Amino acid sequence: MGFLDTILGRTKPVQPKLDDLFALPSAAITLEAGAGFTPTGSGSVCFRSVEGRSFSDIEKDVRDLLNMSSGKEGGLPVEVSKDTYGFTWLVSSHLSTELEALVTDLHAVNSALVDNGFGPQLLCTLAAFRDAEERRLGLIYLYKRGSFYPFAPLSGERRDNALELQVKGVIGDDLKWEQDLARWFPVWGAPGL
Amino acid sequence: MARSRYAPDRGLTTRMTATMFLLGLVFVAFIALIIGIGAATHGSTAFIALIAVVLGGGMLIGSLFYSDKIALATAGAREVSPNDGEYAARLHGTIDRICALADMPKPRVAIADTDMPNAFATGRNADHAVVCATTGLMRKLDNAELEGVLAHEMSHVAHRDVQVMTIASFLAIIAGLMIRLAFYSELFGGGGRRDSNNQNAAIVMLVVMAASIVVYAVSFLLIRLLSRYRELAADRSGALLTGQPSALKAALIKVTGDIGRIPSRDLRTAESLNAFYFAPAMSLQGGASLSKLFSTHPSLERRLEELDKVQRQLSQAGPR
Repeated sequence: MGFLDTILGRTKPVQPKLDDLFALPSAAITLEAGAGFTPTGSGSVCFRSVEGRSFSDIEKDVRDLLNMSSGKEGGLPVEVSKDTYGFTWLVSSHLSTELEALVTDLHAVNSALVDNGFGPQLLCTLAAFRDAEERRLGLIYLYKRGSFYPFAPLSGERRDNALELQVKGVIGDDLKWEQDLARWFPVWGAPGL
Repeated sequence: MARSRYAPDRGLTTRMTATMFLLGLVFVAFIALIIGIGAATHGSTAFIALIAVVLGGGMLIGSLFYSDKIALATAGAREVSPNDGEYAARLHGTIDRICALADMPKPRVAIADTDMPNAFATGRNADHAVVCATTGLMRKLDNAELEGVLAHEMSHVAHRDVQVMTIASFLAIIAGLMIRLAFYSELFGGGGRRDSNNQNAAIVMLVVMAASIVVYAVSFLLIRLLSRYRELAADRSGALLTGQPSALKAALIKVTGDIGRIPSRDLRTAESLNAFYFAPAMSLQGGASLSKLFSTHPSLERRLEELDKVQRQLSQAGPR
């Protein structure tokens, strides 16, 4: 925020950074080789919906678009859910080998929102992974920062910090990591994870 | 392209700029007057002004640096981590998401255990900010409304309202100190011999005191006006951030309605915190127009009206 914005008490909405999302498929290969986690094929986009007709129209368009594309790929249709904080999650499911297609789907949601001027409403996107012991891991992309962080929920509202740090080490420079650990915020019960 | 949907409110910007300009004008005029009198009388006035500036500056820096501790202690709040129970988890979860949406560093989170539904944010900048909610607020509001209130508080942090309001009140602090110092010097310095020199000095002190009183009154009103504009600005930014102006409206109606029913005598200690509260904690006695002029927060109707504007802006057909 600039000096003038401070003086005048206004906030410029933060626009999302989208491009780094495409680093995900190559990072997934490194992750599988290094830690044994494979993509489950499902991923989700989380955003804050805006009240009013304009936003609900766009939301509907996006859902139709995704339903069409996953229909062609032979995957499952898109699920929509709302979490307890009032955020909307669009879950897109593909086969576990189709991470590229998943990322393309997620990007379609981003572009639709950004093109219609709702970019500031995007919160995060999540790609789900599992290992042989069925441990859950999410790689979460923060739109506003353009950075990734790992999230490994355990039963109850606890998270496996050791695993998260291990994953960060294994993937290394393949992803742009969120350096500020205070911003690795948990998304309990995130759909698609 | 995407910017237009979140265009700044011209009217609000203009009024806020005008208020700050007037405040600056009063400040410059006051300083010029003091310098003028000091130059004409060689001495005592300038000395008094110097003491006032040093003392006032000290108070300013002190209150800026300890604003978080002072506010938390006054409100009887304690800092909480996400594991400190249901309330803390909910508060942390909501603030986490607001921070991620707004790309802000996460503030410290505190809870005050009182039935009065309210929230405040304080701290000199975003890295030292504390956001506090009362348990009453969390009981009365649902998640969307709580988010609206917290987004309003986080906007105060983003706008650096603690800094802006502290600096804006510098003038009032100086003028207030000048009144007292001039009064004491009149009382203790002026007695004794009655030659013409001393009588002149006494008159000068009276002039300084009168000017200080006028400046104090004018700057007090301007600061209150500025505070009300900052509240509207925070409402606006908060509603744009969450995209749900109606949730904030619902929260305002619930909170303001409840506070109005609590007798103000119980809330005397909350007065000094008023500037950073979500809704004013005490109601003023006196006529409607007078209390409007003196209050730190805009009226409920005014706030709802401004949020209506945000609502219309958000539901515009397409970005223009």
